[in-house]
Amino acid sequence: MIGGLFIYNHKGEVLISRVYRDDIGRNAVDAFRVNVIHARQQVRSPVTNIARTSFFHVKRSNIWLAAVTKQNVNAAMVFEFLYKMCDVMTAYFGKISEENIKNNFVLIYELLDEILDFGYPQNSETGALKTFITQQGIKSQLQTKEEQSQITSQVTGQIGWRREGIKYRRNELFLDVLESVNLLMSPQGQVLSAHVSGRVVMKSYLSGMPECKFGMNDKIVIEKQGKGTADETGKSELGSGKQSIAIDDCTFHQCVRLSKFDSERSISFIPPDGEFELMRYRTTKDIILPFRVIPLVREVGRTKLEVKVVIKSNFKPSLLAQKIEVRIPTPLNTSGVQVICMKGKAKYKASENAIVWKIKRMAGMKESQISAEIELLPTNDKKKWARPPISMNFEVPFAPSGLKVRYLKVFEPKLNYSDHDVIKWVRYIGRSGIYETRC
Amino acid sequence: MPAVSKGDGMRGLAVFISDIRNCKSKEAEIKRINKELANIRSKFKGDKALDGYSKKKYVCKLLFIFLLGHDIDFGHMEAVNLLSSNRYTEKQIGYLFISVLVNSNSELIRLINNAIKNDLASRNPTFMGLALHCIANVGSREMAEAFAGEIPKILVAGDTMDSVKQSAALCLLRLYRTSPDFVPMGDWTSRVVHLLNDQHLGVVTAATSLITTLAQKNPEEFKTSVSLAVSRLSRIVTSASTDLQDYTYYFVPAPWLSVKLLRLLQCYPPPEDAAVRGRLTECLETILNKAQEPPKSKKVQHSNAKNAVLFEAISLIIHHDSEPNLLVRACNQLGQFLQHRETNLRYLALESMCTLASSEFSHEAVKTHIETVINALKTERDVSVRQRAVDLLYAMCDRSNAQQIVAEMLNYLETADYSIREEIVLKVAILAEKYAVDYTWYVDTILNLIRIAGDYVSEEVWYRVIQIVINRDDVQGYAAKTVFEALQAPACHENLVKVGGYILGEFGNLIAGDPRSSPLIQFNLLHSKFHLCSVPTRALLLSTYIKFVNLFPEIKTTIQDVLRSDSQLKNADVELQQRAVEYLRLSTIASTDILATVLEEMPPFPERESSILAKLKKKKGPGTVTDLEEIKKERNSDVNGGTESTPVNASTVALPDSPLQGSLAELVTGPRPRPSRLNSSRLAIHNLQTGVPCLFKGFFTSEEHSGFWLISLNTSLLSVCMASELNIQSTPSPSADLLGLGAAPLTSSAPPPSSTGSLLVDVFSDSASVVAPLAPGSEDNFASPDLASSEVVSEEPADTVHDADELIHKFVCKNNGVLFENQLLQIGLKSEFRQNLGRMFIFYGNKTSTQFLNFTPTLICSDELQSSLNLQTKPVDPTVDGGAQVQQVVNIECISDFMEAPILNIQFRYGGTFQNISVKLPITLNKFFQPTEMASQDFFQRWKQLSNPQQEMQNIFKAKHPMDTEITKAKIIGFGSALLEEVDPNPANFVGAGIIHTKTTQIGCLLRLEPNLQAQMYRLTLRTSKETVSQRLCELLSEQF
Repeated sequence: MIGGLFIYNHKGEVLISRVYRDDIGRNAVDAFRVNVIHARQQVRSPVTNIARTSFFHVKRSNIWLAAVTKQNVNAAMVFEFLYKMCDVMTAYFGKISEENIKNNFVLIYELLDEILDFGYPQNSETGALKTFITQQGIKSQLQTKEEQSQITSQVTGQIGWRREGIKYRRNELFLDVLESVNLLMSPQGQVLSAHVSGRVVMKSYLSGMPECKFGMNDKIVIEKQGKGTADETGKSELGSGKQSIAIDDCTFHQCVRLSKFDSERSISFIPPDGEFELMRYRTTKDIILPFRVIPLVREVGRTKLEVKVVIKSNFKPSLLAQKIEVRIPTPLNTSGVQVICMKGKAKYKASENAIVWKIKRMAGMKESQISAEIELLPTNDKKKWARPPISMNFEVPFAPSGLKVRYLKVFEPKLNYSDHDVIKWVRYIGRSGIYETRC
Repeated sequence: MPAVSKGDGMRGLAVFISDIRNCKSKEAEIKRINKELANIRSKFKGDKALDGYSKKKYVCKLLFIFLLGHDIDFGHMEAVNLLSSNRYTEKQIGYLFISVLVNSNSELIRLINNAIKNDLASRNPTFMGLALHCIANVGSREMAEAFAGEIPKILVAGDTMDSVKQSAALCLLRLYRTSPDFVPMGDWTSRVVHLLNDQHLGVVTAATSLITTLAQKNPEEFKTSVSLAVSRLSRIVTSASTDLQDYTYYFVPAPWLSVKLLRLLQCYPPPEDAAVRGRLTECLETILNKAQEPPKSKKVQHSNAKNAVLFEAISLIIHHDSEPNLLVRACNQLGQFLQHRETNLRYLALESMCTLASSEFSHEAVKTHIETVINALKTERDVSVRQRAVDLLYAMCDRSNAQQIVAEMLNYLETADYSIREEIVLKVAILAEKYAVDYTWYVDTILNLIRIAGDYVSEEVWYRVIQIVINRDDVQGYAAKTVFEALQAPACHENLVKVGGYILGEFGNLIAGDPRSSPLIQFNLLHSKFHLCSVPTRALLLSTYIKFVNLFPEIKTTIQDVLRSDSQLKNADVELQQRAVEYLRLSTIASTDILATVLEEMPPFPERESSILAKLKKKKGPGTVTDLEEIKKERNSDVNGGTESTPVNASTVALPDSPLQGSLAELVTGPRPRPSRLNSSRLAIHNLQTGVPCLFKGFFTSEEHSGFWLISLNTSLLSVCMASELNIQSTPSPSADLLGLGAAPLTSSAPPPSSTGSLLVDVFSDSASVVAPLAPGSEDNFASPDLASSEVVSEEPADTVHDADELIHKFVCKNNGVLFENQLLQIGLKSEFRQNLGRMFIFYGNKTSTQFLNFTPTLICSDELQSSLNLQTKPVDPTVDGGAQVQQVVNIECISDFMEAPILNIQFRYGGTFQNISVKLPITLNKFFQPTEMASQDFFQRWKQLSNPQQEMQNIFKAKHPMDTEITKAKIIGFGSALLEEVDPNPANFVGAGIIHTKTTQIGCLLRLEPNLQAQMYRLTLRTSKETVSQRLCELLSEQF
């Protein structure tokens, strides 16, 4: 189990240090700083073993969070906890920055006391935590005994993530499907690897203890239903061939009843109040690639390089992609660059050794082009330029995996509002992950 | 040197550096550097030529980026351009860049070399200096190749400036160190030597460094430097502190130069020229005198400089080792430092004293400081100084103070720092062994050592104790007693349990007479420790138990119960389980005489360099200890020879009296090929695999049984012997040991023995491991008189029988061993007797690499013998391959009693010559002895029955061996008769009884041996029912004591 938790700033100074077990001493703090934060090598493994002590770290902007243990713990669990911890901190005081941490260190210690006990992770649900860890000063006089016991029974109860007696005038819920699409493509346009990792994030403002049921175009569910209505099988396979998607793996928020998912593959749950991540999933088949990058690199002698890159958008013309950025790496001995582009703005960024081409908006089924002349300085180095891949960033208003929300039903038997009274919003956002094309 | 003008402060560089310093993260730093690199690239690429200043600035930036750890792959050209600039700062930066970022681009190298050549040729001393520094800093082979010829010229040229000469000397030194082959020796060498006379002390200092290095490689060429160095040294030493203005450091004249000169003198022996020698002695005396003077300054630098010179002078004195007066003075000076406030001085004093202790002149002087050193050991706060103190104590130890020093070191061990404990343990063990006057002290010391140091006692130490105890009969009883007592402590270290297990397993019988240490008590004591020990120790203890089964048949059932318990038989550890299973079977199935053979007492170990010493040497690194040891050994040899020379007669198995003498013998004779125990044990395994199963078939008619033995013996009779714990054996000498080679083909069928190498089932007797002289003419080597005497050449058949009688006596009390050995052939024996039948395995080993042809061993019995002894054998293969071994089985049947022994005659062709060897086979009457147990009453009744004067045979003779009760007992048992306790009213007397089985008759024998310790005499009385038998047995047995 986790022996201690440290938060460092970018210089390696300790901002927060909380030790849960005696086997972790003060020297562990220094060991991590010396061996990881100030390490000379660039690539840093998220797990480091120093003198039989394991350090698990995540980095948020300039802040390092490190969990330390001497035992053989489940690394996935530790990282899940660290991410959860980041979420909790973000929910309490916004961006994780050195200043925010310094301003909230009492709160952070309070939180750490609550979410980790003797190194064992406890309830880390923001909604539940907010009921008893508040930023509004001491309220214990105002809190009645009843309220306190209510918190206790809720936190220790079966549904620890939602308290009773929530009331909204307007029952509303927001559903975001956020996907990031990753791609590695050969110069000839062959897909070398591609996958989509997605999340379904839900923001719920519902009264009482609503029972929700979420449906999407999961292939298994669709086929099962098809079997149920045998006569439709032929049609649905022809008609909705593209309608169902194969999900490789998925994980759910703790509120989802896994037994029901296992038996019926239906996702039913009582949601926490406010924002939470309902599920995470990954698909690798039938991915819609929103952009195609066609590179053309020509070396003219030893001192010149000509680069031409064409991007094509590959989705419905009615949709608009946003925040498009193409990054074309340049050789390390570049001494001068001239760029011409038809759309957007392009610039050689010496500090990043790349030409960065930015386009604000681009509709579907369009194409655009950039050409650059790169002057090189002759070097003594015999090494050839490694030609790193061209990478791309964008945002599109659909799910590249093809996932569709089919329904989200809400039942609240005790209070008298029905599924129809709930206002529901669904939004799809597809972003680029590591979207690279070799050149 | 031109001053750096203010305008040269490169602002751009300063801004860049401060930008980098202000970067918040590594990523930001990389971004900034990338930006700067792009900027520099565009500048270098730019069409308009850069001026010297910007070039210098950008090269500087590149250098800075490189020093931050980033790769730089351009800018070399610009740097080379800077070299040809006439401005000092630009040239300097250019050289700096080149020395830091050497590039192997051939074109660039040519340009660089060209620029350097130009600078060397220029008369500008600053530029020459820069060029020389660059060459020295790069110091590559290419540089050496290009400039090694040029620099000596600059060095010895008359018009070169002093500062350039200094640089040139040091540059040449550097080149010589990296690639001595490119530095040509020539007439410049003699002129370099004369630089020692230079006016400028800086030049002299640089030249001394160079000459010292050169002189180490070519002492002859620089011999003349000695007198020059001495005169220079004497001028410095005698000068007043104000004479050498710039080179006086805190009132000490030219300390660095003095130290270097003293170092240079250490490359040579003391000067032969009396005048020079006198002058040097004078100098050294002056330095020693100066140390006595009150300090001229209280500053630490003053005393440091003074002491640096002093210590270097002392090491020169030690190096020369010729002036007793100086050595003693040095020693006294160091003695003063021993109590100095300054820790460093104490350390250095102890370190120097260590070397002084090895000099014959100052050894005694060093010894006077023993109290101080011991005190330092106790009170010193710095662990490294304590370590030196231990080293010194070790170095100054000799016979006179060994007891004291060992005691002190043992005392210190209890509080010693963990880091040096192991070394102290080794040292104590070595000293205790080396200077052991009596071995009881040795045993006490080592057991104490194990008790105190426990974990720090390495394996070698306890291996060594066991080696010594096994090899020395006189200490075995005492060792057993002491170990037994030590084991009684409620908590004792595992190493002690190991030693205890081994020693009690071997010699527990020696103390079993005492009711306080009866067999059962011994066993219970060991077994009480069993569960606290690690697996290897438990394995050892199991071996001890099976040895107990042999030693003490009365507790056999107890031991069997223990072996049978689930915790042993079903132990999770495969080794323990196997041992338990096999030992249990062995103890239940095997008869007492098989047990006795298999579990025979371990034979003595061959003497070799102490394994502990080897370990210490390894620890210390070669050179440091070795020399010291060697010197000490040589010095001690005469001391030992005087006090401890032991008469070695032909019949004693010559084990060197003290371990040191053993190693001395080794030193004198040099390395000899010796049959290692490993090999003889392989042979033994071979025997077991080939011979024993058929042997057992005779005993157990059931196929099942023999099958069991076959399997069991193949896998691990090996673990029967405890030797598996003692895997310290030296690796087999590859030279000529046929046994190892002979056993080699067996390795496939018995991989464990060959691979582990720790399985020393030496069922052979000690002779297998006694060194056989291989070189002809070395027969008088005291190590093996018994074997030498048995070596017979065919031309002297008459001698055969005579000499071989000795040999017969060696085999009277045992059944296995090496019968004969010369350069070509080794004959090993293993025999088993039961009632009137016997079986003897003869192993012929070809020690050479060539084939023996027409190999025919024949057994010759005289007519008389033929009627009383029936020998049957099969002919062996007439060719014996080089390194191979053949086996011959002789079935023996005793028909009636006999006197003589059969003769084994071996004929074979080796190379072109015909070889003929005759040896007596040790088949004697007593082999057919069966012990008979009887009570006191019965014995005397029978004794009286055999009162006929012909039936009695009496012999009074002088003891040839030390009169040890236990050995005598063992011999009587080995002779074949039962040893009857508490029969004779005088407990010192030995009484035995048995029956000699022949085919025709059975002859009862009674014997009585009365030792007289004062007169060193024995009276042996034998009564048997047959006159000839009495006579023969009496003859045989008399020779044994």
